[in-house]
Amino acid sequence: MLNTQDILETVRMIREENLDIRTVTMGISLFDCISDDPSRLEAKIYDKITNSARNLVRVCEELEKTYGIPIVNKRISVTPISYVGSGLSESGFVRLAKVLDRAAKDLGVNFIGGYSAHVQKGAIKGASALIESIPEAMTETERVCSSINVATTKAGINMDAVKRMGEIIKDTAYMTRDRDSIGCAKLVVFANIPEDNPFMAGAVHGIGEPDTVINVGVSGPGVVAAAIKEVGQCDFSVLAETVKKIAFKITRVGQLIASEAASRLGVPYGIVDLSLAPTPAAGDSVAEILENMGLECAGTHGTTAALALLNDAVKKGGVMATNHVGGLSGAFIPVSEDRGMIAAAKSGALTIEKLEAMTAVCSVGLDMFAVPGDTSAATISGIIADEISIGVINNKTTAVRVIPVHGKTVGDFCEFGGLLGYAPIMKLHAESCEAFINRGGRIPAPIHSLKN
Amino acid sequence: MKAVITVTGKDKVGIIALTSAECAKYGANIVDISQTVMKEYFAMIMLVELSGLKCDFAAFADCIQKTGLENGVDIRVMHEDIFNSMHRI
Repeated sequence: MLNTQDILETVRMIREENLDIRTVTMGISLFDCISDDPSRLEAKIYDKITNSARNLVRVCEELEKTYGIPIVNKRISVTPISYVGSGLSESGFVRLAKVLDRAAKDLGVNFIGGYSAHVQKGAIKGASALIESIPEAMTETERVCSSINVATTKAGINMDAVKRMGEIIKDTAYMTRDRDSIGCAKLVVFANIPEDNPFMAGAVHGIGEPDTVINVGVSGPGVVAAAIKEVGQCDFSVLAETVKKIAFKITRVGQLIASEAASRLGVPYGIVDLSLAPTPAAGDSVAEILENMGLECAGTHGTTAALALLNDAVKKGGVMATNHVGGLSGAFIPVSEDRGMIAAAKSGALTIEKLEAMTAVCSVGLDMFAVPGDTSAATISGIIADEISIGVINNKTTAVRVIPVHGKTVGDFCEFGGLLGYAPIMKLHAESCEAFINRGGRIPAPIHSLKN
Repeated sequence: MKAVITVTGKDKVGIIALTSAECAKYGANIVDISQTVMKEYFAMIMLVELSGLKCDFAAFADCIQKTGLENGVDIRVMHEDIFNSMHRI
């Protein structure tokens, strides 16, 4: 029989330490839906999504029951819509966004990702129209997530797109001003976007993926925090070993659910994303892990080192537990979705500069942080350019999901609800970067992109 | 298939009887059983064979959990593979 202590450890992880599967995401290719008739395109997309994922929620619920582990989110990612709807006008894209929203609602999934475009070197006609449609699409839909890849290590940074995205984010914030600018919580700007990421808002079904696929994102910051607390005073080698062991166990559950879900749904299993994804709930915080390592508060000196150790150990532990790793794979530090990060930002221990430094050593980037509503579009673009540069130069994925909350300023709070959480408005530099952003053009790819 | 039933809560008379009666009622055959006290709470673990189950797995898990709640203990049924995956290489 199984070891009693092992069984009780698993039960304790799930019951008391919030171990869960954060998301089972079905990727669906929409290339076979392409049509020059917009109505036919919409009908084919709705049918393809609802047919491919018709059993997704039911199967996930069965797995939750069978294995006794919560699967928090059931989601869908699709082929970047800018490719599929390449000939559409701006209003045509908004209509398509509504079709995606309706499909997601009818299937009972909470988010659908892929309202996306790749513009790292320049924008095709469809990508430009999609980008222009984002403010209205994010306002008119509830479950659609948008992501724009503005840079890669190979291509460099499309600064025209960075500039335009600053303006698009401001417009989206204004159009959803009655809900604390929530439209921006569903919009993310990427460097080196992965093609198999199961997490929102950046999930897309890449063009090199199979027709349909199952990708799984694991979680468990509470489990890691508890393990570090239990191991107590120890040196860094033991600390890293503790995180590795627990990450292995967490990821094994992800692997089990991924292969079972794929088998029951009759679609290929893609990857497990080795992630530590927090929620605003008590005991589900990445910041708490850092604090359990010995920091008085996340954001203080030592935070970047603590996060670097954590991120690396999670990957080392997780990689042996699954046969295919992918997605974003690393610790997430979304401010509004992590109780410890919220407290650190509120107290002033966590500043935008420290947050940016932290993103250099973990997944993914400046995520879910709120800034004053009167922040200029150029400043938003400056924030994006800084963060994207970290990704391009370090050959990693970085992203920005910033919410300039309309009508609010430093000292105020904004509330998004549910897993998106709540956040204090963070202070930014008052000095302008407008002349820099207005230069336009592309920042060339770094020298180490030339590997051939 | 085999499943693991975990019963946790404050110690009291009749917990094993209660759980075994539920297993018999739904056709779950007890293969192994052990109990321990860990971190101030009573814990019993049963390995059961479910090939003769009279209802579907979800219904069995729900019913036995409900019975546990009514009697002040937490009873959970989980497929053994979650433990095998997590603790065995």
